Amino acid sequence: MSSDTPGFETLQLHAGTQPDPVTGARQTPIYQTTSYVFEDADHAASLFNLQTFGFIYSRLTNPTVSALEERLAALEGGKGGTACASGHSAQLLALFPLMEAGDEVIASTRLYGGSITQLSKSFRKFGWTVRFVDFDDHDAVRAAVGPKSKAIFCEALANPGGVVTDLEAIAAIAEDAGIPLIVDNTMATPYLCRPIDYGATLVVHSTTKFLTGNGTAMGGAVIDSGRFDWARNDKFPSLAGPEEAYHGLNFLETFGDLAFTMHSHAVGLRDLGPCQSPMNAWLTLLGTETLSLRMDRHCANALAVAEFLEAHPQVEWVSYAGLGSSPYKQLTDKYLPRGAGAVFTFGVKGGYEAGRAVVENCEMLSHLANIGDTRSLIIHPASTTHRQLTPEQQTAAGAGPEVVRLSIGIETLDDIVADLDQALTQAERKAAE
Amino acid sequence: MTHATYADSYLRRILKETKTIAMVGASANWNRPSHFAMKYLQTKGYRVIPVNPGQAGKPLLNEICYAHLSDIPERFDLVDIFRNSEAAGAIVDEAIALKETKGIRTIWMQLGVRNEAAAARAEAAGLQVVMDRCPKIEFGRLNAELSWGGFNSGIISSKRRKLGA
Repeated sequence: MSSDTPGFETLQLHAGTQPDPVTGARQTPIYQTTSYVFEDADHAASLFNLQTFGFIYSRLTNPTVSALEERLAALEGGKGGTACASGHSAQLLALFPLMEAGDEVIASTRLYGGSITQLSKSFRKFGWTVRFVDFDDHDAVRAAVGPKSKAIFCEALANPGGVVTDLEAIAAIAEDAGIPLIVDNTMATPYLCRPIDYGATLVVHSTTKFLTGNGTAMGGAVIDSGRFDWARNDKFPSLAGPEEAYHGLNFLETFGDLAFTMHSHAVGLRDLGPCQSPMNAWLTLLGTETLSLRMDRHCANALAVAEFLEAHPQVEWVSYAGLGSSPYKQLTDKYLPRGAGAVFTFGVKGGYEAGRAVVENCEMLSHLANIGDTRSLIIHPASTTHRQLTPEQQTAAGAGPEVVRLSIGIETLDDIVADLDQALTQAERKAAE
Repeated sequence: MTHATYADSYLRRILKETKTIAMVGASANWNRPSHFAMKYLQTKGYRVIPVNPGQAGKPLLNEICYAHLSDIPERFDLVDIFRNSEAAGAIVDEAIALKETKGIRTIWMQLGVRNEAAAARAEAAGLQVVMDRCPKIEFGRLNAELSWGGFNSGIISSKRRKLGA
């Protein structure tokens, strides 16, 4: 390749998917296999000892899944990637090498509701503690860091929407504390924002969303920047000391800046088990081929819909980070110059019942609990995705009673606007009855 | 030359022209990084001669271990240094002195090993230098094996992937 730094659109088509060495197949084959024959007993031993590269069992690595991992690592500007079953398992895999029982994570109050529940309720059973902080208040984030803190966790662009994290400022706090910044980049995708460029150590994804793009395949991924020195303090013994779960192997010493990704396969996927299926990896590879084209259209449609809603008499407010009225407009211009994504919320006049009515009266927008589909989606978070949260947590997460969440697709703009307009009119009529 | 980054073509050339490697600091302990690298490079067709005073005269992965570079009876192309950055200086000087008699062309310092002064002396003596890299990892990366582990190889090509040697 003549250019040293291929462009994003080139990477989304080519990274990780050089043609098959034996058949020359141009599209990546789906290696639908659980296991791989060894050349001999010595080769088997070398593979198990991590002394040579290769495949053992698809819970750890699989050629189709590896192709996706390399592509995502390339798109995020990272060193390596670990694909897994879902975005939730990506969060587990990201924290697992860093945390011991009794350790804590500093996390944003504005995380996606499902992440808040996972971190605060289920991970508590591992002895992991989470401290939720308002990430707009940098002093509060700094003050929350304690001796047991092992990571800072936030979303670049928060779900359900409208909130942009000042990644450089938060990365500086993590750097001073000697702990990694983990950024969930599901909503922005690497086309709109690359957190590693701003100092993030790890990036996590639900690939189920925009990366796959068409609502076909569950998946998650952890991308390691390869830039964090795990031996800079004594906080990360699994990576920089003898790892008991791997015969006392020191991953950092043996694999250098590949240590995190080696560990997350050899120990994380091996012992926790949430591998991604080859079929899902293949569907996600197909999706990433058109990521930039889709995101451009997603963003253009979303901005136009947000502007339409902001001027609508039945709408109380619109929280889209790309609007001039957004308090996050400046951060959007810095971190998301190509667009503020396609997921955002708005408040309907009439509260909880009006919010539900708008959702139920849409004809084309699909009422379902996902984001990042090519089709436009709509949901009422307070009665669905954010139902497990307290009213205070719902409001803090931007999912209060009157809130409707949209994930704007790539249909004809006029049709999206017309459907929302008639649904708002019907909701108003119902309220007047 | 600057040692912050290396062009793929530079590393590829070194790995291609090298046939025999003297590995200083090769460990008999199976889970030490040097043991990993030695075993891997052997499977890729390189001859790797271990150098380790504590193991001198003993067999290690089907080779005999030597105490010093100067004790190795054969010629070797590359000196792979698995010692700390400071200790690398004396090894580089020994390699410079043996350059002609042993046919040494390259000094390779392992991951985490950097000695700028020694690198400058080696280059002044006409040796190629790589620092803070692992030949196992670079071989794997350049031959698409690293991609099997989900790593970003940086390789974009529409040619059939070549299987590792």
